[in-house]
Amino acid sequence: MMTSRLRLAVVAGGLALLLTAPLLAQLTGSAGLLGLANRIAIYAIAAVSLDLILGYGALVSFGHAMFFGLGGYAVGVIAFHTGAGEPLFGWQGSNAALIVWPLALVACALLATVVGTLSLKTSGVQFIMITLAFAQMVFFVLISLQSYGGDDGLLLDRRNTLPFIDLSRPMTFYYVCVALLVAWTAFCARVVNSRFGLVLQALRQSERRSINLGVDPFPFRLTAFVISAIGTGLAGVLWANYARFVSPDMAAWSKSGEFIAIVVLGGLGTLLGPIAGTAVFIALEQILSIWTEHWMIVMGPILTLVALFGRRGIAGRLFGERNG
Amino acid sequence: MILFVEQALNGLQYGSMLFLLASGLTLIFGIMGVINLTHGAFYMVGAYSAAFAVLSTGSFLVGIAAALLGAGLYAVLVEVAVVQWLYRRDHLYQVLATLGLILFTNEAVSMIFGRRPPLMDIPPFLQGSIPLLPGLDYPLMRIAFIVTGALVAIGLWALVNHTRVGMLIRAGADDREMVDALGIDIRRLYTLVFGLGGALCGLAGVMAAPLLAIEIGMGERVLITTFVVIVIGGVGSVRGALVGALLVGMVDSLGRAYIPQLLQLSLPASAADTLGAGLVSASIYVLMAIVLLVRPNGLLPARR
Repeated sequence: MMTSRLRLAVVAGGLALLLTAPLLAQLTGSAGLLGLANRIAIYAIAAVSLDLILGYGALVSFGHAMFFGLGGYAVGVIAFHTGAGEPLFGWQGSNAALIVWPLALVACALLATVVGTLSLKTSGVQFIMITLAFAQMVFFVLISLQSYGGDDGLLLDRRNTLPFIDLSRPMTFYYVCVALLVAWTAFCARVVNSRFGLVLQALRQSERRSINLGVDPFPFRLTAFVISAIGTGLAGVLWANYARFVSPDMAAWSKSGEFIAIVVLGGLGTLLGPIAGTAVFIALEQILSIWTEHWMIVMGPILTLVALFGRRGIAGRLFGERNG
Repeated sequence: MILFVEQALNGLQYGSMLFLLASGLTLIFGIMGVINLTHGAFYMVGAYSAAFAVLSTGSFLVGIAAALLGAGLYAVLVEVAVVQWLYRRDHLYQVLATLGLILFTNEAVSMIFGRRPPLMDIPPFLQGSIPLLPGLDYPLMRIAFIVTGALVAIGLWALVNHTRVGMLIRAGADDREMVDALGIDIRRLYTLVFGLGGALCGLAGVMAAPLLAIEIGMGERVLITTFVVIVIGGVGSVRGALVGALLVGMVDSLGRAYIPQLLQLSLPASAADTLGAGLVSASIYVLMAIVLLVRPNGLLPARR
């Protein structure tokens, strides 16, 4: 009882903080604060998505940055062709978010279906490594795309457009990101509490028993993998629009590691935890990099300590929730 | 033909470097069940230690000693301070903890040694090249690298199969509790294996230093390739590491020579070059994906 009230209070407080961040930015007169909050909102979508398979499915994907990168590049490449007036596969291109974003997500879903189908033939350390391998393939393909900037990446002229909503205004764009974060988290919460989600968790707890109860693990895990990839792709789409820049670094292996660190920091298998984890991680990164040029020397040991002692993450400490 | 032989030798040299790294990594994984991302950092520490020892003494042999000691001791330190708490934990936490150590090591090395990459020359007695075939002179340094790899392979085989320590290593991999119950100090054995793995990384670092660039982040690039090697070979198996290292070395260096040429048959030259570069870099990952799909446990998995 106590924990559920506490939980409600924390959720309300967190949501209030997210919603009032632009106001705080204006009051304190620091435009950087809005950017910080926006980065948190975008990364949080990826973190929640990764938690879906990491925390609930015990599938340690060390390659989720490939979907982040692909989502971003889909936006970037379409914008490039639309801007240059060169048709892409005979299509004139578009700048409308309602067309571009779903296309990017479909691309992520297709990639995830292929990668997931192949990777799920393995488990344990082999699964970690094969997802990493696929992400590296994507990374090197992005680097070799000379016409889209190769190593240097691709600058976008402007953000995608929505009817009635002006995404080029920073505050509007921020609220769109927050709305998508809330909607996506709510969707994921429904997923994990559905029959599907329960089977997924049963497979995590005991694969053998679940199989003997008549469950075929593969379709459940693949579906979770694809949903997770779509969410991470959405974060990539938003990132491309936020930074108006995409580069192969979006798909680098260190990005995948960062996502894992955020989820563990926040608390595995909690959905809300990773949002808090994102906020702490990105704010810490920001503060440390202002403080010293050698901020990695502090950030590195913090990650190590989180792994050594942070068995339950931020959410686990707060609510006493489970952790993988 | 000359090109093929030369590329095959390059592949052998690259494979021998990968074997130095992979043999330690696969032992650590096979025996302790730890995914150690810091392994690439040991290699970097070895290369830096060697470069600065050579810079101040001028002797390559001192450089080798510095690399072995520097990397070996750093590995022992990492094991005692961090990794020993992770033996019974999920892989996820091992990945995260050692990822943090990579960031720390990179930054620490750049603070200690400076951001400017040190240079290391090929030692005088390994300079020049020798004629192997008519029309093919091959650099002595690379031959020395190949020989080092072969010697280490033989040495490790002897160590694991014909010494008491090797027996304990094999026993520890099989059944930790049993070895512990028989009165063997398993903790010390683990630290020893970690130090050995680190020293082998240092050896790879000092041999690679005159051939490749010494820089921050050199460890991560080779680390991921090393993981590809042990996953292809079968995690935990030194024989597998050898086979995987040679396979990856060959695919990489032959791919570098022939993939762009093959592409030029069907594509315009400029497109073939850029696409080729991407395909070459991706080729070993394709190889790994294929191996895992056919044999999920790798080519020569450790027998259990």
